[in-house]
Amino acid sequence: MSPARDFEWQDRYEAVIGLEVHTHLATESKLFSPAPVRYGDAPNHAVHPIDLALPGVLPMLNDRVIDLAIRFGLAVRGEVNPRSIFARKNYFYPDLPKGYQISQFEDPVIIGGSVQIALEGSEPRTIHLTRAHLEEDAGKSIHDPALAGSDASLVDLNRAGVPLLEIVSEPEMHSSEEAGAYLRALRSILRYIGVSHGDMEKGQFRCDANVSLRRIGTQQLGTRTECKNVNSFANVEAAIDAECVRQAEVLDDGGDVVQATMAFDPATGRTRVLRLKENSDDYRYFPDPDLVPLVIAAERIEAVRRKMPELPDEKHARFQADFALSAHDAGILTGSRELGDFFEAVVVACEAMGTDAATRAKAVSNWVLRDLLRILKERDLELEDAPIEPQALASLICLVDAGRLTVKSAQQIFPDLVCEGGDPVQMMTAQGLEAVSDSGVIEDAVARVIEANPDAVASFREGDQKSINFLMGQVMKRTQGKANPGQVRELLIQKLS
Amino acid sequence: MSRISRQEVDQIAQLARLSLSDDEAAAMERDLERILEYVAALETLDTEGVEPTAHALQLATPVRPDEACEPMDPELALSNAPEAAGTAFVVPKVIDEEGR
Amino acid sequence: MSDIREALGSLAAARAALDAGSLSAADLVEAALTRAQDHAALQAVVGVRPRHARDEARASDERRAKGERRSLVDGIPMLLKDNMVVAGEATTCGSRILEGFVSPYSAGVVERLQSAGAIVLGRTNMDEFAMGSSTESSCFGAARNPWDPSRTCGGSSGGSAAAVAAGIVPAALGSDTGGSIRQPAGFCGVTGFKPTYGRVSRWGLVAYASSLDQIGPFTRSAADAAALLSVIAGHDPRDSTSLPVPVPDYAAALTGDVSGLTIGMPRECFVEEGVEPGVLESVREGVRELEAAGAKVVEVSLPHSRYAIATYYLIATAEASSNLARFDGVRYGHRAEGATDIDDLYRRSRSEGFGAEVKRRILLGTYVLSAGYYDAYYKRAQQARTLLRRDFDEAFAKCDVLVTPTSPELAFPLGEKNDDPVRMYLSDIYTVTANLVGVPGLSVPCSPAAGMPVGLQLLGRSLEESTLLRVADAFQRRTDHHEKRPPEPV
Repeated sequence: MSPARDFEWQDRYEAVIGLEVHTHLATESKLFSPAPVRYGDAPNHAVHPIDLALPGVLPMLNDRVIDLAIRFGLAVRGEVNPRSIFARKNYFYPDLPKGYQISQFEDPVIIGGSVQIALEGSEPRTIHLTRAHLEEDAGKSIHDPALAGSDASLVDLNRAGVPLLEIVSEPEMHSSEEAGAYLRALRSILRYIGVSHGDMEKGQFRCDANVSLRRIGTQQLGTRTECKNVNSFANVEAAIDAECVRQAEVLDDGGDVVQATMAFDPATGRTRVLRLKENSDDYRYFPDPDLVPLVIAAERIEAVRRKMPELPDEKHARFQADFALSAHDAGILTGSRELGDFFEAVVVACEAMGTDAATRAKAVSNWVLRDLLRILKERDLELEDAPIEPQALASLICLVDAGRLTVKSAQQIFPDLVCEGGDPVQMMTAQGLEAVSDSGVIEDAVARVIEANPDAVASFREGDQKSINFLMGQVMKRTQGKANPGQVRELLIQKLS
Repeated sequence: MSRISRQEVDQIAQLARLSLSDDEAAAMERDLERILEYVAALETLDTEGVEPTAHALQLATPVRPDEACEPMDPELALSNAPEAAGTAFVVPKVIDEEGR
Repeated sequence: MSDIREALGSLAAARAALDAGSLSAADLVEAALTRAQDHAALQAVVGVRPRHARDEARASDERRAKGERRSLVDGIPMLLKDNMVVAGEATTCGSRILEGFVSPYSAGVVERLQSAGAIVLGRTNMDEFAMGSSTESSCFGAARNPWDPSRTCGGSSGGSAAAVAAGIVPAALGSDTGGSIRQPAGFCGVTGFKPTYGRVSRWGLVAYASSLDQIGPFTRSAADAAALLSVIAGHDPRDSTSLPVPVPDYAAALTGDVSGLTIGMPRECFVEEGVEPGVLESVREGVRELEAAGAKVVEVSLPHSRYAIATYYLIATAEASSNLARFDGVRYGHRAEGATDIDDLYRRSRSEGFGAEVKRRILLGTYVLSAGYYDAYYKRAQQARTLLRRDFDEAFAKCDVLVTPTSPELAFPLGEKNDDPVRMYLSDIYTVTANLVGVPGLSVPCSPAAGMPVGLQLLGRSLEESTLLRVADAFQRRTDHHEKRPPEPV
């Protein structure tokens, strides 16, 4: 469904979209407290006195977040700030135990950087980042009338203090699809480099979208609104579309868009005003006097650089060059680190088993792109959770290559191989799928098919090359698909000439 | 010239989540006026090009290794709670839940 | 003077009695508990932990019987200002807002004291959240000066100063944000020491102004201060502002010899205007004593010190407004009854829990950080801080130690300054600079004026506590002001 078709606002307005992503950093312990970072605990089962903001506690920075921040900065080719400052953002909220959040304000840890996005059918685009900074996550306020009554909320501080990297893009996206592509690319980078697990269901990757419209042909930015905490890619896109429609209606009616925080309701597909931005949003930022500046030496950046894993776009280029893949196929294969790693592992295993070098990568990419992804999708399975080993797919490909297994039989085995694991040779034998290469059996089938299909035989003899495919199909049918197709074809041609 | 108005006193009281009676607010306005008048001496100071000092000390960034500790016994964590349900703190209903 | 009274009069005396076996730690604890009761009218002590103190004393006595001694302070009872948390004990900071609060953990200094075998006897009175110069803003009521109970003992660590002056315990800890150890030490005639910022862990010290707060000892003498500082000083990996440097042997610095040292008198601190008669004379007399001991005396200048009070109040209140946001009635402490919504809960709990001076400082701090005022106030104050630091760098290029009065006045009558916050703030005029610059400062008693103690303040270079202690000790070897004891209650 393309908004361009459904919503005519795009004839008059251009959307201007900037995104703020909050991503949990992959650490064992919290940003400023040694409490464990855990998900799904009962309330207040993963807290330290620091997270409760007890009188007298002090923050102490987690060393690992520094490397993770540097890694991200290098991945997006941003500048790692040699001296960044932790500042207090002051406001009252029950899930904010100190009455302030430790964040970074004037001097963030990463300055600038960019992310490449590619939409099908358009040129790749570069989306620039404004900054990325470290901050603490807040706890959670829970409504549970059964536990607390309907006029009370519960406060759980397990999440309070979990390290976040807030990544702020420039307002450079102009459609919900671009926003979605940016988020996918960003999440892929974060996961590739091990900076975040990026699990959206666990709230490890959250997005606020700043949206404004401007008349096509003008440069002046319109008043923007902020859609808070939209929790899936699909919802971000839907929220942006909905907000664009809403703003267009306001502007068309001669009104002004009012600066506000919006909530998106996935059930109605609409955005509504949650809260107007007021002067009372005075966060009184100032440098946190409990902490000293975060000074990052050039040596540390170099040390992180030396250990940087390959980035998605680097891998994309390498896959095209090394495996002669199309940009499109390489793009899908490098879309997640797991898939790319799996693909390469299968290629390596095939090489070890001595499959044909010229067709090896193509064969593997066919199996992965055509069959593997379809099966995973059908079974709603993540590759990480699927029991299939790269070795097993390689061995399956070898069997096909060697003519011991027809493609058809291989495809019959494959879903089980993906979902339950196992050894293709054993499965082939157990299911009696080994290709028939006994020429007696094949000759017999060929003779019967020729006899039973005089019309097709005649048209082949008259020069209709396609008839051979029909005849082959008939032979395969008679042999339950187990005959070696090459052998069948050869024999048919021999008999009919 | 007055440096702080009653309205500003009310605004900062709201920011600081303090409620002041009329008398208290008037007294605060008077006291703050007096204090701001005193600190206005700083206005005469030439601070052009002077780096601010946030701290008297210049330290390398102290850090802690990324190792998780045993979390607090939840009972102890809740031991000072004015009101609790299960192992959660209880507060009056929070309406504007996600709108910060 | 009875033996027990003498033993509680100083760390040295207590240690001598324990070492000689003439008194046990249990004796000291019982006597200190009794004296705390006898001096109840001073309102210096706001809570004791007799059961734990007795257990700890017994353990110390058992160690000693086996010939073990953990440190120079093993078995000696001490009091802590009521803003340092002790596991399982109440901490109030002199505020209603912390009513009922029991800390689940102990402060860094408490851990150090306890592992050195010192006995934490209880808590002392203080200005609410350490905001004040007279201990009058405490929810427990004002602590009083043992030399004249109608007068203030100073503040904010007034209870600790009064307790040591009255000989309830040989030593106590206080915290100093703008003079809160040195000023009450001066008013009560004891030795009060604020170490270099970062020397003593702030872990478990309830923050007033984080970039200025520092814990330090109240003792009878500089030698006692050296002994106690060597117990509480040192790096704490839980405090980012704790200095990762070794702690020298402070006792070894007490040579009695100040020859070769240069003492600087900042001319701005010896101007008669605004200073109570008698104070400058006493301090000058003290300087002459040091000169007689072999020190060289020079005049120096701290041109930006006249901005120090303004700078201090802007920075301290800004930090405090944020530090005190956690007292919201949600997780601990006072919660107002019948709040209609969360904002109502915050406002009512905080308004009921905090006293007037705390509210005043929270409002001032909120104001100076708020949009549109940050640069004019907070940032400017931070710049003034830089200028002040340069003044000190220049002064310390010419001398080793600075000497000033601790306060411009003597202990004033209770209630005298309650109507005028600025007058109260000016009480800190000589002390706030050390906090802004981070250097160590120490107050020792010099000759009294009008029957009340006078404090002489020594300021040293960062981390040069040893030099300060050496000078103070040399002074105390030549004088007996620090040995004077206030009258016993009738």
